[in-house]
Amino acid sequence: MKVLVPVKRVIDYNVKVRVKADGSGVDLANVKMSMNPFDEIAVEEAIRLKEAGKADEVVAVSIGVKQSQETLRTALAMGADRAILINAADDVHTDIEPLAVAKLLAKVVEEEQPGLVITGKQAIDNDMNATGQMLSAILGWSQAAFASEIDIEGDSAKVTREVDGGLQTISVKMPAIVTADLRLNEPRYASLPNIMKAKKKPLDEKTPADYGVDVTPRLEVVKTEEPAERSAGIKVGSVDELIEKLKEAGAV
Amino acid sequence: MSVLLLAEITAGELSLDATAKAVSAAQSLGDVTILAAGETAAAAGDAAAKIDGVSKVLVAEDASLGHRLAEPTAALIASLASDYEHIVAPATTDAKNILPRVAALLDVMIISDATAVVDGATFERPIYAGNAIQTVKSSDAKKVVTFRTANFDAAGEGGTAAVETISAADNPGLSEWVEDKVAESDRPELTSAGIVVSGGRGVGSEEDFALIEKLADKLGAAVGASRAAVDSGYAANDLQVGQTGKVVAPDLYVAVGISGAIQHLAGMKDSKVIVAINKDEEAPIFQVADYGLVADLFQAVPELTDKLG
Ligand SMILES: Cc1cc2nc3c(=O)[nH]c(=O)nc-3n(C[C@H](O)[C@H](O)[C@H](O)COP(=O)(O)OP(=O)(O)OC[C@H]3O[C@@H](n4cnc5c(N)ncnc54)[C@H](O)[C@@H]3O)c2cc1C
Ligand SMILES: Nc1ncnc2c1ncn2[C@@H]1O[C@H](COP(=O)(O)O)[C@@H](O)[C@H]1O
Repeated sequence: MKVLVPVKRVIDYNVKVRVKADGSGVDLANVKMSMNPFDEIAVEEAIRLKEAGKADEVVAVSIGVKQSQETLRTALAMGADRAILINAADDVHTDIEPLAVAKLLAKVVEEEQPGLVITGKQAIDNDMNATGQMLSAILGWSQAAFASEIDIEGDSAKVTREVDGGLQTISVKMPAIVTADLRLNEPRYASLPNIMKAKKKPLDEKTPADYGVDVTPRLEVVKTEEPAERSAGIKVGSVDELIEKLKEAGAV
Repeated sequence: MSVLLLAEITAGELSLDATAKAVSAAQSLGDVTILAAGETAAAAGDAAAKIDGVSKVLVAEDASLGHRLAEPTAALIASLASDYEHIVAPATTDAKNILPRVAALLDVMIISDATAVVDGATFERPIYAGNAIQTVKSSDAKKVVTFRTANFDAAGEGGTAAVETISAADNPGLSEWVEDKVAESDRPELTSAGIVVSGGRGVGSEEDFALIEKLADKLGAAVGASRAAVDSGYAANDLQVGQTGKVVAPDLYVAVGISGAIQHLAGMKDSKVIVAINKDEEAPIFQVADYGLVADLFQAVPELTDKLG
């Protein structure tokens, strides 16, 4: 079985985000970028499936600017076998919407015929939490979103999902789309020799036109603003003072 | 202009808080029709009919809709879509599972976690863990939107909407429910509680998490946790507050032994009053706290619990 893992290049989760003064978006020039943390988890899961003999090939795909190559190299260094870059934007500030990403991924799936696609639960830049579910709809495949455990048993997979009430386990028919939640696994770091080896692994480059997919956004960004600031609070010296302040504020 | 709103129903029971908040978010978009779907959903449909501002309730009962599996629920919604311009839901994990699938079936974008309605096509939503607020305008014929419940007041009760029964769509038969592991608790529900007490890695162990629970019980509060506390096994996953957990905005939020990473702040910084108890005076949580107490939680929390008469 082949496993396809879509990986997105996003602002590093430790970086403090700055909104551009003209309100046109978030400043991404010269900012540290990394693989979306959920996608590292997805890559890790795919590699573990290969190590367990349940998968024979792991293919990473990224859609975006050409610098997404670096993200794909990270996936290859972790242990993915091949990568596909779909060059869909020139400006690092262009975000390809989940619907367009899902349509491109559906074309890649047609070509590659994987038995499983593991996406991240959400991209930490646009926080959409949509691509996996959309891909699954387009393909007419089963969907298991927010997975914290995947157990493949022949032509179905048992997936435990993190939901509002706790955990839900479902059984999905393969081929399936799974979206990875934080507790699915702890991704490995790529070793130096593997980083070197990754440089020689195949990385194909494509464009949306190759797949006949229109990536024009459906949502126009009217403006981007800083959230309302909280006014600075005070430090209290003791538990008694805390209780007093809370009583004054009517909070308890 | 009409709106189809997927009611939040778990095991046949309506989540009134989440549903009524979504109703108030959707009100300005047009006439609101509620879809109550489930293996049993009639009682939930009746309860939803009482929410102010609801003009109609559709009840769809079928075994395939039992555990809100994405495929049959999305197929049902897509089959109803031609009558509506907006398809909306509270941004619960169920809706986040189902609505993007609906949007793709309709070939439109999803607008996730909207925090404000500007007009019928334009919505505000947080991005980058709430570090920026984006206003987006949809050019799609239909708008599929989930609303972040923490940002809306619940619509009142007193309505008398008509209830109509409809049938389910064909079940694509792609997935089956196996089991639910639901943490039973007598405490208030995290996303609707007036007070939330959350513990972080600083609490140190599952046993000591009882300190957090005792304080919560004294305050009649819900219990929350940071991701580190959940990952370390101190608290259940459904208690995680943050960018990738639940978003809460109670009247009072008490953060204990939580450093205040942006991913955590994303889930609680709209709370009315924030209290932080942390032994590190440099902890970023103090930057958003109205009242910060620099102290060892193992002393401060029992004392606080004790003195809150
Ligand atoms: C993609 C992604 C998504 C994430 N989503 C979330 C999310 O939804 N929610 C979330 O919470 N996190 C999330 N995180 C994790 C987040 O980045 C932080 O790692 C996490 O919030 C830290 O939890 P913490 O504050 O409990 O632990 P720490 O950062 O370790 O802080 C522990 C605090 O306890 C204090 N402390 C220790 N002992 C005591 C004592 N005896 N008395 C008083 N204080 C004490 C310390 O001073 C410290 O400030 C996410 C991370 C990533 C990468
Ligand atoms: N441009 C992209 N390239 C590759 N994968 C993506 C891209 N956008 C989204 N994804 C995948 O879809 C997941 C969810 O993203 P989103 O729906 O944008 O929150 C991510 O974790 C990735 O696995």
